Amino acid sequence: MNALYSLFAVFVLILVGMGGTAAGMTHLFGVVIPYLAIAIFFVGFVAKVIGWAKSPVPFRIPTTGGQMKSHDWIRHSKLDNPQTTGQTIARMALEILCFRSLFRNLAVQRFGSTEDGVDMKVRYASSKWLWGFALLFHYSFLIVFVRHFRLFTDPVPGFLSGLEFFDGLLQLGVPTLYLTDVFLVLGATFLLLRRALLPQVRYISLVADYFPLFLILSVACSGIMMRYFGKTDIMAVKELTMGLFSFAPAAHIEGIGAIFYIHLFLVCVLIAYFPFSKLMHLGGVFLSPTRNLPNDNRAKHHRNPWNDPNVKAHSYADYEDEFREKMVEAGLPVEKGLDEAAQTEAQ
Amino acid sequence: MAWNVKPEELLQYDFKVPQKDWMDVPAEFRPGNWCYPGKPEIVEYLNKSTHGQFPYARKWVPTDEDWKLPENWRDIIRDGFRERLDKYRSFKVFMDICVRCGACADKCHFYIGGGDPKNMPVLRAELLRSIYRGEFTLAGKILGKLAGARKLEEDVVKEWFLYFYQCTECRRCSLFCPYGIDTAEITMMARELLHLVGLNINWILEPASNSNRTGNHMGIQPHAYYDMMDFMCEDIEDITGVKVNCPVNEKGHEVLFITPSGDIFADPGTYTYMGYLMLFHEIGLDYTWSTYASEGGNFGLFTSDGLMKKLNAKMYAEAQRLGVKYIIGGECGHMWRVVNQYMDTMNGPADFLETPVSPITGTRFDNAAGTSMIHITEFTADLMKHNKLKLDPSRNDHLRVTYHDSCNPARAMGLLDEPRYVIQNVCNNFYEMPEETIREKTFCCAGGSGLNTDEYMEMRMRGGLPRGNALRYVQEKHDVNMLATICAIDRATLPPLANYWAPGVDVTGVHEMVANALVMDGEIPREVNLRQEPLPGAE
Ligand code: SF4
Ligand code: SF4
Repeated sequence: MNALYSLFAVFVLILVGMGGTAAGMTHLFGVVIPYLAIAIFFVGFVAKVIGWAKSPVPFRIPTTGGQMKSHDWIRHSKLDNPQTTGQTIARMALEILCFRSLFRNLAVQRFGSTEDGVDMKVRYASSKWLWGFALLFHYSFLIVFVRHFRLFTDPVPGFLSGLEFFDGLLQLGVPTLYLTDVFLVLGATFLLLRRALLPQVRYISLVADYFPLFLILSVACSGIMMRYFGKTDIMAVKELTMGLFSFAPAAHIEGIGAIFYIHLFLVCVLIAYFPFSKLMHLGGVFLSPTRNLPNDNRAKHHRNPWNDPNVKAHSYADYEDEFREKMVEAGLPVEKGLDEAAQTEAQ
Repeated sequence: MAWNVKPEELLQYDFKVPQKDWMDVPAEFRPGNWCYPGKPEIVEYLNKSTHGQFPYARKWVPTDEDWKLPENWRDIIRDGFRERLDKYRSFKVFMDICVRCGACADKCHFYIGGGDPKNMPVLRAELLRSIYRGEFTLAGKILGKLAGARKLEEDVVKEWFLYFYQCTECRRCSLFCPYGIDTAEITMMARELLHLVGLNINWILEPASNSNRTGNHMGIQPHAYYDMMDFMCEDIEDITGVKVNCPVNEKGHEVLFITPSGDIFADPGTYTYMGYLMLFHEIGLDYTWSTYASEGGNFGLFTSDGLMKKLNAKMYAEAQRLGVKYIIGGECGHMWRVVNQYMDTMNGPADFLETPVSPITGTRFDNAAGTSMIHITEFTADLMKHNKLKLDPSRNDHLRVTYHDSCNPARAMGLLDEPRYVIQNVCNNFYEMPEETIREKTFCCAGGSGLNTDEYMEMRMRGGLPRGNALRYVQEKHDVNMLATICAIDRATLPPLANYWAPGVDVTGVHEMVANALVMDGEIPREVNLRQEPLPGAE
């Protein structure tokens, strides 16, 4: 159901884009909406991150994934249980660039004998599909995103041309097929199918989980259609985008097909939706207190800004007052002898 | 509540999910899956001692329709929720960035052993997130269910009570989450919210109130505590011929030793307790025990940050009163989570203490320079590395040992190799359980975070399946008959678990094995071990 709602929502968006261009509202779709979307994105993103950052991190709670720093002769697992800032940055880099935690993934299976014949009620198998496709998806997305910079730059920097060259290495078709286009669609489709087909994952999936996937797929497909099938005047598009970026948008540009405006509109929706959605994991992953802190709590003092100094232990004096007689009788040392305590009480 | 279901019956479950949306599946309370609520007099005592942190003491039962919530409970929860979002970045970020990828789903022992989808960490957190969306996000307010939001109704709170007391805060899920989302952290927040409206469980609050008043969670008064120690010293003398000293509440020593009180009162923990006495006597450590700070375990961790701080504060207060230089802490799981992650921040800096230096080897423990508190296995491993102990591991030859990493030292500290080093020095037959179930990937004993009560046995045995199954594996493969651990809660929860899933395996503390192997100065030829069983070759 949630998947259908999302699919429907994306269809509506496509129709809006189509309708808009058909009605000749190219200024709205080519200039106003893009500016608006980018503004929403930046304001929303910054607001969200500031919102998170405003809450303090009172305690250091890293999830330790390996041996802590201990004696010299015990091997310290620097990347999974960092003790210094450098080690912590390395841990984060691996997390963000290689999805290291996901790489650990294990799938649980029920019942059956293992090879050595021991009867097992539960077994665990390495499961790297999600990791693999998530990497494929995210990196393809990144490269496709970066490739678009050729539309905003003049002259086009060398590294972009290099990137495009490698991306098109297979030299298939005219225009050359970009591998990342295919991978992006492949990755997104896998994630979508996984979500729709695995009962457990389907059970936890919300509209907000399907919607971005459908949206990204539609962005990718409209882009692909534009490039490989539709007739789009790329120079006209570049004129438009350069105009946008130099804050001097052209009033009207001839020769840009409707498919471009649909693509652009979907991109705008994606950009504007970003800060309010789960896509914000892009920002959040940097702020996760279980991963971005070193495990040095015993070595160094850290301050909790709202630590309440009024919370104190049940005092030893009260404790002794309650149990003094019994303590004395058992021969345990006390601060105040029985006589002294009796005197204080009498006063 | 008697509970006796055979393992075969318990295994009759699958990982299917209901047809209905999870929001429409009500929480089901049945014998064995929930813990008894806090007794009113205990809640009242805690409320008084904490100046109002445990309000609305009352008699109520989860199976009743009416939970007698305070009239303005919605406001209380809403305000409490907001307060915590503002206090903890972890909470706020974790409410926003889960992508529901499901990587954590099958990492929770309760889900693996029971198949209830609400025990998938991601869905457990959604129980709270759905309210977060409904109450604190615009989209949730406008789109409602479409945005994954729902209304704060009594059923929601009931569900919270059930599922947040079906999480042992073990953090296994966090290890596998690509963003490190820690459902244990979310559980802590949820429990705090429940406390605000007087929903709590007795098995946590009673030990907590005991710890506050008598110094230990068993409620043992100082003279009785000392008596029990005395009794152990006599046993030690019978077995070894050595009269060990047991200094208690004495000022002017170098070290204060604190260990969970569970070990003074019930087997097999008592043998570990005797192990400490023997080890410290043998190396001539200048130290003292304390009856006032006679609890390492901190039941506040399972309750609220305020109570955790209050109970923890005793350690430093007592160290200061007695004038010691540093503290050594015994074998305890969550005590070490509190010491490692919270203590110095809550109750430090402990500038009246010094960086621990082993008086025997001269090793400086720079990794504990701030808290001035070291773990007993760090200390003992160092002794062994420097050959300061005379050991006869063959005395443990009848044991075929495996080791259970307790969740907290493993995933909230990273204490993995020290205990293994100690074990391998005192016993000749050591076998690891399967790799996916040990070290940082270790499985919970299913009784952590204050859930090791008897009325909760079904969930304990379900959640114990992954650990029990791994144990069974080494039992069949290597004839393992002993499970070693460094946690007092484990020593209470693992025996029934082993008995259920891998009958024939016993449970021990690491320092029990140390003491059995320890050749003491002036000892008589040992015929029995600390459990008074004949030693191998001595029959
Ligand atoms: S692994 Fe993390 S992001 Fe994925 S569902 Fe679980 S909590 Fe959410
Ligand atoms: S912390 Fe442990 S018990 Fe709680 S949800 Fe995660 S894996 Fe399950």
